[in-house]
Amino acid sequence: MGLTVSELTDMIQAVGKVIEDNKAFLTELDSAIGDADHGINMAKGFHAVKEKLPTLADADAGTVLKTVGMTLVSTVGGASGPLYGTAFLRAGMKIGNKEELLAVDLDLGLVAALEGIKQRGRAEPGDKTIVDALQPAVMALKESLNAGKTATEALGAAVTAAEDGVEYTKGIIARKGRASYLGERSLGHQDPGATSTYLMLRTMQEFLARRT
Amino acid sequence: MVGLVIVSHSASLARGIKELASQMAPKVPMAAVGGTSDGRLGTDANLIKQAIEQLAHCNGVLVLMDLGSAVLSTETALEYMPLEIEDKVQLADGPVVEGAVAAAVESSLGKPLAAVKAAAEAAAALKKL
Ligand SMILES: Nc1ncnc2c1ncn2[C@@H]1O[C@H](COP(=O)(O)OP(=O)(O)OP(=O)(O)O)[C@@H](O)[C@H]1O
Ligand SMILES: [Mg+2]
Repeated sequence: MGLTVSELTDMIQAVGKVIEDNKAFLTELDSAIGDADHGINMAKGFHAVKEKLPTLADADAGTVLKTVGMTLVSTVGGASGPLYGTAFLRAGMKIGNKEELLAVDLDLGLVAALEGIKQRGRAEPGDKTIVDALQPAVMALKESLNAGKTATEALGAAVTAAEDGVEYTKGIIARKGRASYLGERSLGHQDPGATSTYLMLRTMQEFLARRT
Repeated sequence: MVGLVIVSHSASLARGIKELASQMAPKVPMAAVGGTSDGRLGTDANLIKQAIEQLAHCNGVLVLMDLGSAVLSTETALEYMPLEIEDKVQLADGPVVEGAVAAAVESSLGKPLAAVKAAAEAAAALKKL
């Protein structure tokens, strides 16, 4: 795959744009089972990221990812801030001072991101959170790479798994986050955080597909 | 004395809890932190980190939090704190209002961090009726 730092930066900007485009949608989902701010929170965070990225033109991949994480942690405002912030930070720490990312880095980075989110939020699959989209996605990615698929193909499998994960959250009761206060009334609604995870992965996949 | 940091989604709620707890223990160092830097309801790991650092001179710091991201942001703040400060900080797993009052009283009596934390957490079991 050979993703340069400048392409990584463009990919993160593309993710930010999709978050901005889905601000109302994500907020609407959060209004059903939360405090109606997920899209607003995420858009705030990625707006700050957009301003920050141009200052990192000469940085390595790990520094870019860590800076995105630090920025999200201090600008998002909701639970998704420390969660996605920790995800980017851990991915950056794992990947380190590379100038070019390969498929294996995508795998390492996403595994580190998932572990960071699970540790920070103490959520497991079935709690109706980000984890319900991200964990199956990470597993699908790994499986595809092991089967010899390209990074773009493997990320495609991850996107499908994340989409199924979002669908799965409709049928379960929230045990973490704001939605857990609703108990059974959280049934029938898809989780906003799982949805933003799906959108981010899909954007990454589309970005890779465009350049190959 | 042990310093107290009150973390809430709302800046006015954090300030109000601090005010309430200070009334019974005016000498206890306290910091209130709430909301985002652009004035929304929410939490900001950076602001929490600064509030804890303000009290780093104390004989330990206890952080009392409201819900959800208040806890996640506080834990994130600790991760980026110099180790010598992080070692002095504990998080209270108790109700933020009653816990802050109980902790303030305990701290004003010159009790160590572990006792102040225990007082805040015991507030979860206090019966009102
Ligand atoms: N402990 C957790 N572990 C994993 N994901 C979580 C956790 N808590 C919340 N989430 C995810 O965060 C999403 C909500 O993000 P949002 O930005 O709206 O934060 P919030 O819940 O409003 O934060 P706050 O705790 O400040 O109220 C949920 O849909 C869920 O996917
Ligand atoms: Mg919310």
